[in-house]
Amino acid sequence: MISTLGRFTMVLALGIALYGAIVSILGVRRRKPALIESGRGAVFAVFGLATFAVLLMEAALVGRDFSIQYVARNASLGTPLLYTVIALWGALEGSILLWIWILALMSLLAVVIEGRRNREAIPYATAVLLSISAFFLFLAAFPANPFAAIFPPPADGRGPNPLLQNHPLMAIHPPCLYAGYVGWSVPYAFAMAALMTGRLGEEWIRTVRRWSIVAWGFLTVGVILGGWWSYEVLGWGGYWAWDPVENASLLPWLTGTAFLHSIMIQERRKMLKVWNLALIITTFALTIFGTFLTRSGILSSVHAFSESTIGPMFLAFIGVILLVSFGLLVYRSDGLKAEGDLDSLVSRETAFLMNNLLLLGFAFAVFLGTLFPLISEAVRGVKVSVGEPFFNKVNVPIGLVLIFLMAIGPLIAWRRASLDSLRRNFSLPLLLAFLGTGVSSILGVRGLYPLLAFSLAMFAAATVIQEFARGVRARRQISGEGYLTALSNLTKRSRRRYGGLIVHLGVVLVVIGITASTVFRLEKEVSLKRGESMHLGRYQVRFDDLTAWQEAHRFVVQGTFTVLNANRQVAEMRPAKRFYPSEQQPIGTVDVRSTPREDLYLILSSFTQDGASATLKVLIRPLVMWIWIGGAVMALGALVAIWPDRRVLVAEPVKERVAWQPGRS
Amino acid sequence: MRSVMLSLLIVAVVWLCCPGTGLAVTLEEQAQLLASELRCPVCQNLSVGDSPSEMANQMRELVREKLKNGENPEQIRAYFVSRYGEWILLAPKRQGFNWVAWLLPFGAILGGVGVIGFVVRRSVSRSRAPGDAQLPPLDPRYASRLQAELKEWGQ
Amino acid sequence: MATWKKLIVPIAITPILLLLAYGFKTNPREVPSPLVGNSAPPFALSSFDGGTTGLEQLRGTAIVLNFWASWCFPACFEEAPALEAAWRAYKDRGVVVLGVDIQDREADAKAFIERFKLSFPNGPDPHGKISIDYGVYGVPETFFIDRGGKIHYKHVGALTKEILKAKIEEML
Repeated sequence: MISTLGRFTMVLALGIALYGAIVSILGVRRRKPALIESGRGAVFAVFGLATFAVLLMEAALVGRDFSIQYVARNASLGTPLLYTVIALWGALEGSILLWIWILALMSLLAVVIEGRRNREAIPYATAVLLSISAFFLFLAAFPANPFAAIFPPPADGRGPNPLLQNHPLMAIHPPCLYAGYVGWSVPYAFAMAALMTGRLGEEWIRTVRRWSIVAWGFLTVGVILGGWWSYEVLGWGGYWAWDPVENASLLPWLTGTAFLHSIMIQERRKMLKVWNLALIITTFALTIFGTFLTRSGILSSVHAFSESTIGPMFLAFIGVILLVSFGLLVYRSDGLKAEGDLDSLVSRETAFLMNNLLLLGFAFAVFLGTLFPLISEAVRGVKVSVGEPFFNKVNVPIGLVLIFLMAIGPLIAWRRASLDSLRRNFSLPLLLAFLGTGVSSILGVRGLYPLLAFSLAMFAAATVIQEFARGVRARRQISGEGYLTALSNLTKRSRRRYGGLIVHLGVVLVVIGITASTVFRLEKEVSLKRGESMHLGRYQVRFDDLTAWQEAHRFVVQGTFTVLNANRQVAEMRPAKRFYPSEQQPIGTVDVRSTPREDLYLILSSFTQDGASATLKVLIRPLVMWIWIGGAVMALGALVAIWPDRRVLVAEPVKERVAWQPGRS
Repeated sequence: MRSVMLSLLIVAVVWLCCPGTGLAVTLEEQAQLLASELRCPVCQNLSVGDSPSEMANQMRELVREKLKNGENPEQIRAYFVSRYGEWILLAPKRQGFNWVAWLLPFGAILGGVGVIGFVVRRSVSRSRAPGDAQLPPLDPRYASRLQAELKEWGQ
Repeated sequence: MATWKKLIVPIAITPILLLLAYGFKTNPREVPSPLVGNSAPPFALSSFDGGTTGLEQLRGTAIVLNFWASWCFPACFEEAPALEAAWRAYKDRGVVVLGVDIQDREADAKAFIERFKLSFPNGPDPHGKISIDYGVYGVPETFFIDRGGKIHYKHVGALTKEILKAKIEEML
């Protein structure tokens, strides 16, 4: 029943999406408002059907309806409720369903929110969004049908992949990442609408800007949460392995970040129009590329779904997107001439151009490195690997220059920076940076990169804080506000600027966390008998006990270790190994004690069967927590930047005047 | 501009050619560094140094043993390549076709610096041409905003 | 519009798409062994029942060197009977089948041997010496070493009777 109903829903939604895409275009071309209205209705209908399909799947999962193949493979009688619910995104077919739902939701929000402002562009954007939906609906209706039935239904299901039922982060990481991926569809759709209508003035930028920040924020959170999940679950003590799928999530983040910066040049100076459109197209294509990598099995990855036949369809879709979008861009390129000119080599504009260049260079290095095994095989017939040592060597220097640019960018004046302003803005931060370098060198930081990373991070943080401090001081002098009021009013006055600066602060925290946890990491692996201890860093770890028990869906062996610091007990930690009937190898469950200063990370490597001794791997990774905090700060900054500005809404006349612009086409 | 790019290029080449084992002194550090450069055969994209698997364990042991027997890192890498193929190295050897992966990103960035330099200079000279002091009129959006802000500032 | 502008899009995009399409033809998990065609690395195997053997002692015989583990289900379970059958069929014709049990517990391994009544020599691989020397990725993997001590063929995954027969015949 559910199988038929689900399949029918998908096919119906596919039909409606295609219908909506066509009538939207027809309506605007033939000036028939009824057709446009009908296209808008299709967006609502697709969202309704997608919601229904998701609920249907959840009902099947929670009801353990093993006559649905997806449920039989990804749920079992013994799986806890939470992991049963989130099994929706535990495998290929369900993840496409989630993707469809998020896309439908975003499309709906875009149509509703932007509908009033962009009367002309909205039908085209609707058509683009519905076409993207149609592609995914086609996958769900035919080659990757999540509702496929199985006969006879098994008595019990296989249950989700153990790695996916080991940590509650799995409940939020994939939806966030998907929202980050899917979110770029909206700016892409409006960019395409601008290209299709030929109205390449500034309206589409305003629309696209806010949606880009939304998508960027979700993507940031998704990537950081992915690192966190990897750190807590995969049990090797790291958070980023330069795995192809991880890289694929970084690529749109990099090009999207580049876009968010270069769009400012277009807003202010009406330059880089082709460039910005190219960036948004690239970013969107890279989000599809990311899903393609995860689902095609052409590169080996921890995160890859089991191999499937939909890879070629994704590839065809990417091909169509690139050809159509860039083709349209080239076709319209005559209407996209720059209207402004640069005034000086030393200006915010140049800093942003360099920032774009390096972000894209970084992305290019990641892209090339990720695909190089394929390239090498195609050209030389030799399989090679490209992993952490390569990316560290190639990307770290680029990253360091980027941090430098991040520090100076916001403080260099637009148009032309005078020597005097440079001195005023940078002397204090530079001083602090040198001081910081000295201090970290005394603290034992060695090597060029770590020292550079710390001093540049210090420099960037100092510029941001100086900027806030100046603003607050100025406000206090004029209005006599308290520090906090001044800070909040300052931020409210120019949300995008200060939101951006907060994001920069978050990046600084992430950089510091990554550098410290890499450079100062300690690790040791020892076999201990009961009662024996080992020492690492400040800690003494004592092996107390080993216990084993059977749970509904797995067998667990857990060690108990007492952690002492200066003979005082600070924690009792319990790393474990879990044995799943469906898996050959046990899944390790690490225990992490996080403090702002450092993480203590315990891995139970092995144990003797009588429980008398255990092999334990202990890692100390300083400041890891600041990576997650930095991620939260970045998300906060994005939130500040997009928070609806009440003043602008009230100041309607200003908005009217904004509509008139010299560069409007 | 050209001299800047040239010096950047020299720095890049020097930095790429210097051996990566500069910082490791003790045998254990050398072993860890070597292990981090080898790909764990039974894992997905983890190094032998990071992987908790038994195979990686055994490989780490073997690396340590070989170092104790006086083999140098280059010989140990060569040993693993002879058994597993180039695949075992997490960073492709810097030779032949692999230089494409190592140098292309930097080449692209340096090229980009050149293009930006050229475009900016052309644009700057164009804007200076009609008279240096003359700036285009302020965008009315900012003018009104500026006035509103100044007013509020004064309150 | 200039022609180069029209052409630039397909020219830039096609190679990337072709490369990705090429990716479908290859399997990232399949890595050819550099050992095939070269002399087999020497090894010494002390079997579970106490005997010892090695490449040196077996000069002049063709060897089927099988890497397995008792936890490798189902592939190792599938191929064990085929290996035993091949050993019985060819042991008088100058062929020896050897089993190397890797990353395993002795008791589990012995139970596995008992279960499939394996009569060819099987031994553990302490510290993974042999498996690393042969560039083993996982289990099961099987090397066919000819009489001259050269590796004739490497098989990844479960063996079948047919493959065993064909490859052994090739070496004789």
